[in-house]
Amino acid sequence: MSKPSLLQLKDVHTFYDNIHALKGISLSVPQGAIVCLIGANGAGKSTTLMTIFGVQPCRKGKIVFDGHPIHELPPERVAARGVSQSPEGRQVFPRMSVFENLEMGAFLRKDKEGIQNDLDWVFSLFPVLKDRIGQIGGTLSGGEQQMLAIGRALMARPKLLLLDEPSLGLAPKLVEKIFETIIEINRNSATTIFLVEQNAQMALSISSLGFVMETGRIVISDKASALLENKQVKKAYLGE
Amino acid sequence: MVRQELKKLVIYGFFLAIIITPMVGFKNNDFDAARVLQTLAVLIGLLVLNLIVKLVRSKRPQRAPGHKAWGERVRERIEQIPKVFTLGGLILITAMFPVFADNYMIDVAITCLIYITLGLGLNIVVGLCGLLDLGYIAFYAVGAYTYSLLNLKLGLSFWAALPIGVVLGMTCGCIIGYPTLKMRGDYLAIVTLGFGEIIRLVLNNWDSLTAGPNGLFGMQRAALYYPTFQDGGLSWAVYNIKSLPSLYYLIYIIVILTIIGVRRLDNSRIGRAWVAIREDETAAELSGVPTTWIKLLAYALGAGFASVAGAFFAAKLSYTNPNFFLFMESCIVLCIVVLGGVGSIPGIIVAGIVLIAAPEIFRGLESYRMLAFGGIMTTMMVLKPEGLIPAKRHKREFIETKSNE
Repeated sequence: MSKPSLLQLKDVHTFYDNIHALKGISLSVPQGAIVCLIGANGAGKSTTLMTIFGVQPCRKGKIVFDGHPIHELPPERVAARGVSQSPEGRQVFPRMSVFENLEMGAFLRKDKEGIQNDLDWVFSLFPVLKDRIGQIGGTLSGGEQQMLAIGRALMARPKLLLLDEPSLGLAPKLVEKIFETIIEINRNSATTIFLVEQNAQMALSISSLGFVMETGRIVISDKASALLENKQVKKAYLGE
Repeated sequence: MVRQELKKLVIYGFFLAIIITPMVGFKNNDFDAARVLQTLAVLIGLLVLNLIVKLVRSKRPQRAPGHKAWGERVRERIEQIPKVFTLGGLILITAMFPVFADNYMIDVAITCLIYITLGLGLNIVVGLCGLLDLGYIAFYAVGAYTYSLLNLKLGLSFWAALPIGVVLGMTCGCIIGYPTLKMRGDYLAIVTLGFGEIIRLVLNNWDSLTAGPNGLFGMQRAALYYPTFQDGGLSWAVYNIKSLPSLYYLIYIIVILTIIGVRRLDNSRIGRAWVAIREDETAAELSGVPTTWIKLLAYALGAGFASVAGAFFAAKLSYTNPNFFLFMESCIVLCIVVLGGVGSIPGIIVAGIVLIAAPEIFRGLESYRMLAFGGIMTTMMVLKPEGLIPAKRHKREFIETKSNE
């Protein structure tokens, strides 16, 4: 790896009470890259994101972000360091308007001008959100809610954007659109993107690195292009 | 449609008769058919009324899209009038109230205002932050007892005891808040309910300190100090806030300060964080809201407002006893918040007046008073489930941004 890594996980263990959900995850995300984590249901992909963010406590191991250990920080401190997450299942604030949702994304920021610029930027990425600025989040369509969730995460102007299953439950055309936008975000703002996906084909095709997860462990980590050719991955996740 | 509804009516009536007959019918071991029939008639009358409302509603033509409900139109009309007239007029009328009202009316109004303060405080916890609190009256009790004890044992004045009471109330808020941080919904409701009862039981049984069920009495009233030039020099005279009009003005000022405080909180970053937690706690956490602190703050501030109301209450009566702080009181305050429209300040004010004053208006109905009260509540919830005046958030900010574009 030539680029320095922005995020590093070293032997991370996470528990839900007594259930050992992450059994020693180690991975590193290079600065400015798109990296994806693929795996089946219940493999621990979302748990990995929640552990990075500090929502789930990391019981053992180390998480280093931008040169600082973050595994003991509460979520708001992690967010303040420049990590942002679009949660699984398009969790928007259902009774807040699109505008208020986006405003919430910039909760920790105080630079009014920057917020306005980012608002314009989000609207240029997702023009449909601008049309629906006053509409209540819960009444948006699935695709629009996903865009809103991503837009909200971007409003924090993150260094690292964590995306949890952005393609979940969306029509194939919309999935393509979302993935195109993800590439655009990465290129235009140099935001590092850590993507968790079940749609392995799509995710690998836009990533530079890929990690394959099975029952709480990372079983394969390689270049995304190599994973697309990997026999094991092809059989298990690409349906070939 | 009509036949279906009529069938329902007959079935409801039948079950009501079964329940009502033994409950209302027996008085001193004698069966009184007239009582049963009267009660049944009132209840069935309510059902028929409900049926008529339903039928009228179903006959109404479908509304065109973009058509606004009358409430919406009224709101818009009112908003067109300059604030100086609407708000100023309202303040003037309410401030003049004691001049033309008799003592009984003022007394009811004071109770209304106490409950409005409580409702506004609980609104922070339930309305904005979305944490169901069934033991809210405990903080009211803390405020009342803190003032009583500080005044009786240490001789502190109302104004000196008030901040101590608020701090103690907020501490209690944090004490109940901290262990329940991870709880949601039903579980939280049960724990807060238990906490409310614990406070009441402690007050009831700690004889040496709180005098148990006898209660504490003989507290000084809140006093005003003003300079006089009698006897040749400057000296301070004391005016005890004891008469009903003066008490009315004291609680009136407390309510206005509470409204200003709650409004500012609502429009602040903290207010947004509360609403975000209410809407989706995980998403709020991911947006960088320090959920632990913000929730504790909601409990603490809610409790603080209740303590102020409690201290006022104790100073007003110069008497306090644990039975003022029953679970029923928590329910009434919660009803005010829900009925008014969760999160809506004007809604809570109107609901506070309606819920506290209505049972008084119906005193003429004697034992059917609470029945009429229940009828009003049910009807209102059927007709306006979102509350009397639903909350509207961030409308102003939204319009500002839109016009910038």
